Amino acid sequence: MSPSAKDRLLLGVLRGCAALAGLLVVVIAAFLILESVPAFRNVGWTRFFSDPAWHPAPRAEAGQFQMLPMLAGTLAVMAGAVLLATPLGVLSAVFCRYYAPPALGNAYRRLIELLSGIPSVVYGFWGLVTLVPLINQVRPPGASLLAGVLVVAIMILPTVALMADGALAQVPQEYLRAAAALGLSRWTTVRAVVLPAAKYGLFTGVMLETGRAIGETMATLMVCGNIVRFPQSVFDPVRTLTANIALEMAYALGDHRSALFASGLLLLVLIVMLAGAAEWIGGEPARD
Amino acid sequence: MSAGSYFEVSDMSLHYGAKCAFESVVMSVPRGEVTALIGPSGCGKTSFLNCLNRLIDLAPGARVTGSVRAGGLDLYAPTTDLLALRRRIGMLFQKPNPFPLSIRRNLELPLREHGIRDKRRLEETVEHALRDVGLWEEVKDRLDRPALQLSGGQKQRLCLARALVLEPEALLMDEPCSALDPLASAVVEDLIKRLRGRYTLLVVTHHLAQARRLADHVGLFWMLEGRGKLIEWGPAGQIFEAPREALTAEYVRGRQG
Amino acid sequence: MIDATTAFPPARGSSGERLATAAVWSSALLVVGVSVWMLGGLFWQGAGRINWAFLTTEPANAGRSGGIAPMLASTVLVLGVALAVSVPLGLGAAVLLAEFTDSGSVFGRLVRRSLDVLAGVPSVVFALFGNALFCQYLGLGYSILAGGLTLACMVLPVLIRATEEGFRAVPEDYRRAAAALGMSRTGTLWHVLLPAAAPGLAVGLVLGIGRVLGETAALLFTSGYVDRMPESLLDSGRTLSVHIYDLSMNVTGGDANACATAVVLVVLLLVVNAAAGWIARHWMRGKRISE
Repeated sequence: MSPSAKDRLLLGVLRGCAALAGLLVVVIAAFLILESVPAFRNVGWTRFFSDPAWHPAPRAEAGQFQMLPMLAGTLAVMAGAVLLATPLGVLSAVFCRYYAPPALGNAYRRLIELLSGIPSVVYGFWGLVTLVPLINQVRPPGASLLAGVLVVAIMILPTVALMADGALAQVPQEYLRAAAALGLSRWTTVRAVVLPAAKYGLFTGVMLETGRAIGETMATLMVCGNIVRFPQSVFDPVRTLTANIALEMAYALGDHRSALFASGLLLLVLIVMLAGAAEWIGGEPARD
Repeated sequence: MSAGSYFEVSDMSLHYGAKCAFESVVMSVPRGEVTALIGPSGCGKTSFLNCLNRLIDLAPGARVTGSVRAGGLDLYAPTTDLLALRRRIGMLFQKPNPFPLSIRRNLELPLREHGIRDKRRLEETVEHALRDVGLWEEVKDRLDRPALQLSGGQKQRLCLARALVLEPEALLMDEPCSALDPLASAVVEDLIKRLRGRYTLLVVTHHLAQARRLADHVGLFWMLEGRGKLIEWGPAGQIFEAPREALTAEYVRGRQG
Repeated sequence: MIDATTAFPPARGSSGERLATAAVWSSALLVVGVSVWMLGGLFWQGAGRINWAFLTTEPANAGRSGGIAPMLASTVLVLGVALAVSVPLGLGAAVLLAEFTDSGSVFGRLVRRSLDVLAGVPSVVFALFGNALFCQYLGLGYSILAGGLTLACMVLPVLIRATEEGFRAVPEDYRRAAAALGMSRTGTLWHVLLPAAAPGLAVGLVLGIGRVLGETAALLFTSGYVDRMPESLLDSGRTLSVHIYDLSMNVTGGDANACATAVVLVVLLLVVNAAAGWIARHWMRGKRISE
């Protein structure tokens, strides 16, 4: 084969790889849609929000398919975890770069990197054997929205801390010099100059952690109690959409299985909307 | 017009690790006048300037010896309040560096930091500072727009206004015009002239003509054997018309550097 | 770099400043405290049970006693399948994106955008997809093959991004030199670019391994949770992470072994992450100096 023919063959193969990789997300969406069709046809999407409860059955007419409590569970865990993890993560990054002596800051960063590599099932296990019994002493049953919020917050904290740390590192040194020359104190420099200058990076970090919080399965499955009900307080057990899929997929058949795919589709839509919103709000304007 | 000296530098040297940036500088900078530091690039002028408001503390591994007094205060005494010190000695950088905030916020930030909260007073001070640098008419309708949208010359004037709102005693300027186009540069130069008398001004420049136009006093820095030295120091007339050192004579006639 | 800890002193006598300093330090302390509590607790309770027998015997009594040998084997097999599929595919896609696509090209932008979305897709959605495509349509059932293929899809974006960065880090001179020698693009790729971009590929690989080892949700209903030693790729197999889940949720009295398994998994991941960090720091730096 001539060299140029080889080049063309190579290019063809590479294009194939890239196209396959790029199409994967479309294929996944297509499969979810395809598998949800029976649920949409037999159950109808309005019943996901209007049925009295979630008592799924393989035949649509024999079951009830109310998903809102689980959507509420997902959103409640997400909101709580993001609200807890964001300030902690940002302050962690500020600690690394502006408060800790350099050696301590580096060691701390290493610890955060280590936390980011720990799998969610380990966080879930720790929550199950440590946090849940503790919460149970305060207010039974222990496995609750609160436990989910805490465990997911710890899980997503490294994401936002590392993103924020990267964003702070990108803040131009000239701003710091200007701040120093004006006699701004450390906290004023951080609050009024560094954080605003890093806001796009921080925003991206928050979006990433939000996505992780929505999609987290194992930790919520293990510590949230998995009862399908609107939580009345943080001590009530909840079931998230992800945990629901993980719990029921193994035995679901027919329309029930299809409804699970529909809830997966809902998760995918949430994630894509989040990415879209991030892009729309956070598109960094070009600096001169 | 001289009312004594503001900066008293005696036997000051600066090292970065083992490397010497400049050594044994002795100089007294007269109060209320314009002093220009000239010389080729890389001879320690900017580092010297940074030692006068202790911004040199930002450079890792920098070590200053000797002493500097500013308005009677020992800059390098362990008890010196760094923040108060930098408030008294303002600085303008080579590259304009407004914060990525609104124009108003750029000016209000140092004011609020130093205890001025009253809204009326903030507004008055901001307007006054902007008028002082001739920027008021250009930006009064867009005070809340990002400062980064201004032109280069406008940014530099905003930075000057930001330094002036704190009513410093001295202003250090590190090649304040070199990043600007000729027109904007002329505007900033005019401003510096207008500030003479109100502030002690120290300007680093390697633009000889600018030094001639602006300076009452001139110091020439030069790199000798890898160390920055203050070669000659005196009134502008002396440096440009009757220099004592051969190196100065050659430099101001344009044969060196 | 400005060392902010010396450059910006806190304001003297300002209560806001003191409050901020306290908040920053206590956040850091809180994070350290929780980490020590969690990791220390796990190791304290789990490390004692780990010995050679634990690693090499089959579980007994639903996992309450015995070892984790089949889980280790399943984990390695799932990892092998996932990498065997995702590495060639990811490498090809990364080479195309880095070397054969203009930064402005529509195709490149589309592929990158779609990979970004893919990276954010929750693992349980991959599980649904894997179950539908591999277990049902392709008839693989609950098997190590199906689990591995599902994870291959999952790690693809990580792998591609790191590899692409590896290629972008190769100095332009190499390409020009190769072109000046009249080398074909194929030859340039094999003999010049691939060796030079190897660290990026290695980092991607290690990150991918980390994700596969820790993944649980995507495997629950693709590779399943049969705890016997797998005999072929079409057998169902339980990975370490699924074992932790199953023991702690479905087996009363399984916590002790779950904890020991978690320690094994965390140690494995620490080794993998340390390798990634080491490669990123030393190999890359060595390359830059030699340039």
